[in-house]
Parts: sequence; C-alpha cells; structure tokens
Amino acid sequence: MSLALAKKYEEPTPVTKPSNPIIEVRGVSKVYGNDVVALDNINIAFETGHLTSLLGPSGCGKTTLLKIVAGLLQPTAGEVLVKGKPVTGPGPERAFVFQDFALMPWASVMDNAAFGLKMQGVPRSEREDKARHYIAEVGLAGFEKKYPHELSGGMRQRVGLARALAVNADVLLMDEPFSAVDEQTRRKFQEDLFRLREVEKKTFLFVTHSIEEAVYVSDRIIMLSPRPGRISEIIDPAIPKGINPDDLRRNDVYLDTVEQIWQGIRKYVE
Amino acid sequence: MSYSPTAQPAFAGPRRDAPTIWSRIGEVTLFWKILSVVIFAALWEYAGRTGFNFSFPTFSATVSAFFEMVADGSMGAAYLRTLEPLVIGLAFSLIVGISAGVAMGLRRDVEWFTLPVFIVMQAAPMAALIPLITFVYGIGLASKVLAVVMLSLPVIAINSYKAVRNVPPSLVSMCHSFMGNRRQQIFQIVIPAASPMMFAGLRLGVAEGFSGVVLAELLITPTGIGDLITYHRSVANFAHMYATIASIVLFAIIAVSTLQWIEAKLFRPEKRSSK
Repeated sequence: MSLALAKKYEEPTPVTKPSNPIIEVRGVSKVYGNDVVALDNINIAFETGHLTSLLGPSGCGKTTLLKIVAGLLQPTAGEVLVKGKPVTGPGPERAFVFQDFALMPWASVMDNAAFGLKMQGVPRSEREDKARHYIAEVGLAGFEKKYPHELSGGMRQRVGLARALAVNADVLLMDEPFSAVDEQTRRKFQEDLFRLREVEKKTFLFVTHSIEEAVYVSDRIIMLSPRPGRISEIIDPAIPKGINPDDLRRNDVYLDTVEQIWQGIRKYVE
Repeated sequence: MSYSPTAQPAFAGPRRDAPTIWSRIGEVTLFWKILSVVIFAALWEYAGRTGFNFSFPTFSATVSAFFEMVADGSMGAAYLRTLEPLVIGLAFSLIVGISAGVAMGLRRDVEWFTLPVFIVMQAAPMAALIPLITFVYGIGLASKVLAVVMLSLPVIAINSYKAVRNVPPSLVSMCHSFMGNRRQQIFQIVIPAASPMMFAGLRLGVAEGFSGVVLAELLITPTGIGDLITYHRSVANFAHMYATIASIVLFAIIAVSTLQWIEAKLFRPEKRSSK
C-alpha cells in the first residue's frame, strides 16, 4: 500500500541488481550446533559506495551475516567474495565497528584509534598521524589522551569509528553501532554518518534493528526474516537526495517506508 | 561533530586545579590513618595494662621488644632466613602460576589437564600436608619453598585462568578483525585485559605465601621468624613474641600494598589519568 502512496511524491527507485558490487554473498548458510539454522542460503550483492542496511527482528541472523562477511565467522555453506576474492578471514579491505565499541580500557583514545594500523605494522609516528586525522574527523579532536572511561557512550563509539576509518578499508561493517548510545546522540551520529559517507566514499554495511534508522541512513535495506534466516524483502527508500535531516523526518516517503517495513516485520514480532 | 571545542574546556576545567584538591584529600586521609593507628595503639596499651591475660604485653613493651631485637640483630637475621624460602617460592609461583593460568585460559586441553590439580591444591588443608612434605623433602629449604608454593601457586594460577576467561570476547574479535595474529591477540589484548584480575590473584598469592612460610617455620623446623616466635613463647618473653608476630603481619601488609602500588604505577595508565 505504501508504494502506491509513495508514488504521489516520488518514483520509487526500482530494486536493481548492483552494477558494481564490492561484496557478493553466494549461497551462504550458517547452522549453529546441529539444528539452529541462523542463515539459510543467502544470495546478495552489495553495491560499491552505498550504505546497505541489514534489518530484521532479533534472531534473523543479521549480525551473523555481517560477521561472516567480516571473516569473523565461517559459513557452514556458501562463500563471500570481496572485490572478487573469496573471504577466508578478516582482510584489510574491511573494517568492523562493534556494537559494544570494543575499546581497550587501558589504552588512550589515540592508541585505540591507531590499533588497527598497529596490527598492520604501521610505524608509530605514521599511525598516530593517521589516527589523529580520523579522531578529528569524528569530532574528538583534543580528546586523544583521554581514556575510554572518561568518555560518554557516543564519544566511545566515535573512537570505534575512527579506528575503523583509520585503516582505510573500502568497506565499513557496522554491527548495531548506535544501539548502545542514547537517542539524541544517535540522531547526531546518523547525521554525521551521512557526511562521512560523502567525504570518505566508502561502502557501509549496517546492521540495525531500528526501522527508522535503516530508512533514514540507507541506500538499500535488506530485510531478513527469522528461523531460518532468509532475505524476505529488499527495499530502496526513495527519499529525495539532499534533503536536510529535519525535513526528512517529516517526509512522507520516509514515513511510508517505515510503515511498510513495520507491516512486513510485525508478524515475526507478535 | 562540533561539540568538541565546547566539551574540551568542560573536561579541562576541573582538572587544572585537580592536583591541589587531591593532595589536600591525600593529607586528610593520611591524618585519619595516623589517628586510627594512634587509637589502636592506645587501646592495646590499655588492654595490656588491665592485665586480663598474663601473656598479653602492653603496646609500649612490644615496641621496645621490637627495637631490642632489631638492635641485637636477631630480628634482621630471622628475616633473612625467612625471606629465602618466601622469595624463591613466590618467584616460582609467579612464573609457573601465571603461565599455567594463561595457558589454561587460552586452551581447553590444557585446562582439562591442569585445572583439577590446582583445584585440589587450593582445597587441600595445607597444614595437614606439611608432615608429608617433610617425609619426602626433609626439613631443609626445599620443604619450606614447597610450603610457600603449595599455598600461593593455586591462587595465582586459578585467578590468572579466570582472568583470561573473563576477557571480553568482543575485544578479542576486534583484534582478529583488524588482522591481529594469535600472538598479538594474546599480548596486546588478552594479557592487558586480564591483568587487573591477575594482579588481584597475585596479591592473594603473596599473602598466602606469607602464611605458607610462617606455617612451614612453625611446623617443620623453627627457623627465622618461626624460630623467633617459638623461642620467645617457650621462654615466656611475650612482648618479644608479640613484636615478632606484629612485624611479620606488618611486613606482609606492606608487601601486598607495594604490589598494588606497582600495579597502579606501571600497568594502569587509565587509573593514573583519572587522579
């Protein structure tokens, strides 16, 4: 119903196959133990330079899929290709942003942000220069010498983001990055994410359970259904380009898409 | 992304005058510490003077007995004897305990093989095992070192093991996702993340080591501090006996606190910065 409504305002972009996919997921299944099917034959490609959300009710395997793409989990069947090469483990072209930030409490903001570069063997002065740049980029300039416990939740996730940006990966894999920060910070964060996407020209894979967040930030939303985890729907929110965040939250296409997704998810929640 | 300039002074503001506040609080707590020692000494002195127990000396008699023993060299000699098995035993427990604990935390097979040994060691009443040790290793240094090890090793090993097991898994997968190898995972993430709990185990282990050495010196053959205690008890020099006991208790407290201080100084930059 919403698509019909949406047409009044803007032609929804038809769901097309990515022309220039950076990540291809082919026939991926994941079975935990003997019988818990977290993912069942997932086939999907992610377009270079886009922000794609994985959205679904809890237990639909969205985080599992993200971790398989990251190389942190091995699929039971199928394979993932990144830039045409099969994934066997984590790689330099992918960087992960963790739901619980995963910051080292004993290390300063600088050392945390430079950690990925350190693992790659980048010399100290060079990695600190890069880390400093991205700490500033995420709005934490001046906090380099602070420790995680001196920062708010939102600021901590910014450090996690700076760490992922600093390794200059092509793809940022974000596992519910804003779920542990408060609502106001979250909105600010989402707006920053827009700007970051323009500046950094990276591909984002974004796991979220928030419908509003997915519609707000995504070029494409992949909806998963639970037990077993399958792709249930693919939605390209046809939100006008260049709309400012405050207008967007009142935009009819935005509201309709949110409603459409909610109707799709509802049956799994009840 | 624009709030950092405003947030920065808010952070820096109270920190600029922080040293004076903290040093003032430091002076206040020092005052209370001294006061509590004075009250304790006064109560001891009073209890000693009431003569409720013939073997209970006054505080002043105990202190003078202490200095007497320091002056005649018996105290120093006793500590040198006692420190030998204690230091050897603790060094062994430290190295073996931490390595075994970390290995058990990292590997299931090592855990399966080794953990039961430490659990039995921790549960067993040591005093009951000391006669057995004497049969096997005699009454020399080896037995006393073993007594220290048997008390301190399981605490250190089990705490290190639990510390490694409690490392947040997301930190480990963070390291993995940024392509850290297994070695980097262990040395950059697991050990630093486990170190606070490891140090807690270390402090307990050192305290247990003191129990072990005194127990050995009282139960195996009287040497060092154990000898001083036994001797002065047998000749009814109760002030000297109390002075010896109090000195070893104080020494153990100082050793454990020093360990805590070293931990904060060397391994906990985040604690330092919050002060």
